[in-house]
Amino acid sequence: MASNVPRTTPSPRVRGEGRGEGQLDAKSPSPDRAARGRPLPALRGEVRYGWAVVIPYAWLIAFFLAPFLIVFKISLSETTIAQPPYLPLLDLSAGWEGLGRFLAGLSFDNYVVLGSDRLYLAAYLKSLEVAAFSTLVLLLLGYPFAYAMTRVPRRLQAILVMLVVLPFWTSFLIRVYAWINILQRDGLFNQVLIALGVVDQPVGWLSTNTAVYIGIVYSYFPFMVLPLFAALEKIDVSLHEAAADLGARPVTTFWRVTVPLSRPGIIAGSLLCFIPIVGEFVIPDLLGGSATVMIGQTLWTEFFANRDWPIASAVAVVLLCLLIVPILIYQHQQAREIESR
Amino acid sequence: MAGQAERVNSRFGAKRDFAPWADPGSRPLVRFEQVTKRFGATSAVEELSLDIFAGEFFALLGPSGCGKTTLLRVLAGFEVPGEGRILLDGVDLAGTPPHRRPTNMMFQSYALFPHLTVERNIAFGLEQERMPSREITARVAEMLALVKLEGFARRKPDQLSGGERQRVALARSLAKRPRVLLLDEPMAALDKKLRAETQFELIELQARLGTTFVIVTHDQEEAMTLSDRMAVMERGRIVQVGTPAEIYERPNSRYVADFVGDVNLLEGRLASLDPGGAAIRGSDGAAFRVAQEVDTAPGTPVWVALRPEKVRIGRERPEDVRENVLAGTVAEIAYLGSVSVYKVALENGALMKAAVSNQARSSERNIGRSDRVWLSWPPEAAIVLTR
Repeated sequence: MASNVPRTTPSPRVRGEGRGEGQLDAKSPSPDRAARGRPLPALRGEVRYGWAVVIPYAWLIAFFLAPFLIVFKISLSETTIAQPPYLPLLDLSAGWEGLGRFLAGLSFDNYVVLGSDRLYLAAYLKSLEVAAFSTLVLLLLGYPFAYAMTRVPRRLQAILVMLVVLPFWTSFLIRVYAWINILQRDGLFNQVLIALGVVDQPVGWLSTNTAVYIGIVYSYFPFMVLPLFAALEKIDVSLHEAAADLGARPVTTFWRVTVPLSRPGIIAGSLLCFIPIVGEFVIPDLLGGSATVMIGQTLWTEFFANRDWPIASAVAVVLLCLLIVPILIYQHQQAREIESR
Repeated sequence: MAGQAERVNSRFGAKRDFAPWADPGSRPLVRFEQVTKRFGATSAVEELSLDIFAGEFFALLGPSGCGKTTLLRVLAGFEVPGEGRILLDGVDLAGTPPHRRPTNMMFQSYALFPHLTVERNIAFGLEQERMPSREITARVAEMLALVKLEGFARRKPDQLSGGERQRVALARSLAKRPRVLLLDEPMAALDKKLRAETQFELIELQARLGTTFVIVTHDQEEAMTLSDRMAVMERGRIVQVGTPAEIYERPNSRYVADFVGDVNLLEGRLASLDPGGAAIRGSDGAAFRVAQEVDTAPGTPVWVALRPEKVRIGRERPEDVRENVLAGTVAEIAYLGSVSVYKVALENGALMKAAVSNQARSSERNIGRSDRVWLSWPPEAAIVLTR
């Protein structure tokens, strides 16, 4: 999880290798003077890096880019009843002409439908709203939790990290079903509320927005806490002491030292929660009611109920574009920060 | 008591004409009263009492784990003493959190805020005081000039060298004009040459500002170079407090003599006391004499402490001398540039060091390895230690 925390400092090893000209001299029989002065790009270490890079790229091409291109193609296709393949077809044997016909056959009609039908827009907005609000709640709950984890003795820390991760050992689906049980009319939650005298009558929690939020916050908690913990744990205790020594009250120290230094963790945790929550299907479907229709459910309906793959694909492509925006903003900001150093 | 202090002081004077500790009328700025700090079962500081006076450059010296850093942290407020009181200007500091104490600390790790520029680091403490921003700007500029870092204001700490970072840390801890500046091993991360330069800058700075400096170090040379007075610590207690010269010339125990500088320790028993001196019988029968009043009964086991540079070495036995003479064989010669150190194996097997300054260019003494030599010293050179 810690690897999700973005690194901004270039590793000193890489920096050092740019200057390792001396090693090269021994290998090349007659290094000419001009070439020696310049840092040489292809050093052995970097070549090894080059090959290692193939692995993630190959993975991304096989399991992300290729499927995406297929989905993208379908989203530009015409709806035919019930089954793929969808028109137009790419006929490679027809050569350039075939490609031309294929491209001419593609259309953005499905995207026009997305824009014109209020249903889709409402689902997108609802998803973004749910994701934004849950991420905020997660941050507000997760930050003090992660902060407290950094303040306990080291042995206890390891146990706490384990406990945070522990729910993953049970199937996600089963845990959401468990919430149905807890939140239903005669469920544990209502019993506790009645016993505490908070309410007189059982409340119908299921099929409400509240149930969806409870389910989401519960399920995504570890994804918020772990990056925050990783970032907070890295902050040197002496920085807190230095702030106090310079006259900062604990609250000031928190806002002026702790929070800025944990920013990578805040961003990583928020992205790790926000992005999957936008596309969340299981939780709103099982815990939410008809009022909470998120884009994941719309997608599911288009694929499996309406069997309209082209529209479903268009929904998916737009969703992806929506999610890429915050990532790009973040990366842009990171790049600017590195430049300013 | 006061008379004794004055006498000691006139003999081993402070570096400058400044000795408030010798004046019974002066009030300490910082007073530790029977301070004890325990971590679990081990006590880092034990029943420690100490006075530090305004304007002093005070060093806490000791090996790692002796409690010197804990003492500094107790004063800064990061640790709460289990017992005892700490007074600043006569006011008990108990219950005052670190952010309300008029002390500032320069951390061993420097603890610069990595997300803030140099000027924002220095301004941090001033902003907490709600100082007007114009004054902050002026003070930051003044501090940058003080540590000779003009032009570095907009840099981030990771764009600075180790020495520059150290100076930013110093500027930041001085910016609020603290009553007491606490320095925790401030030069541990610097290389030797830079350390020597920085030491002299620090002395000059302290003299100019007049701020009370308390420095923690494990480097006896650094403590002696910097401080007006120093306290030698061992296992949570102070073994001796005094000016560097007092500590070096009149150590009160074998521990201090050995920790501060190099020393030869000769074991023996006190033979007789006479006015202005004492005679000691060495464990192998050698006769020693010291020009020091010893207030211990004859027969007590004692040690004669002798600094290597006070030992004379020669090929001939000094004439007309019966005491403070030992014969031996040169076992090793270490040429250190300004001095040569001869390690001489005595007849009883012990090694004794004699340091001779190399005034002529090459060794004209013609003493080589395995040569038989005589070591001697005047009675004033050695002192007697009873513990």
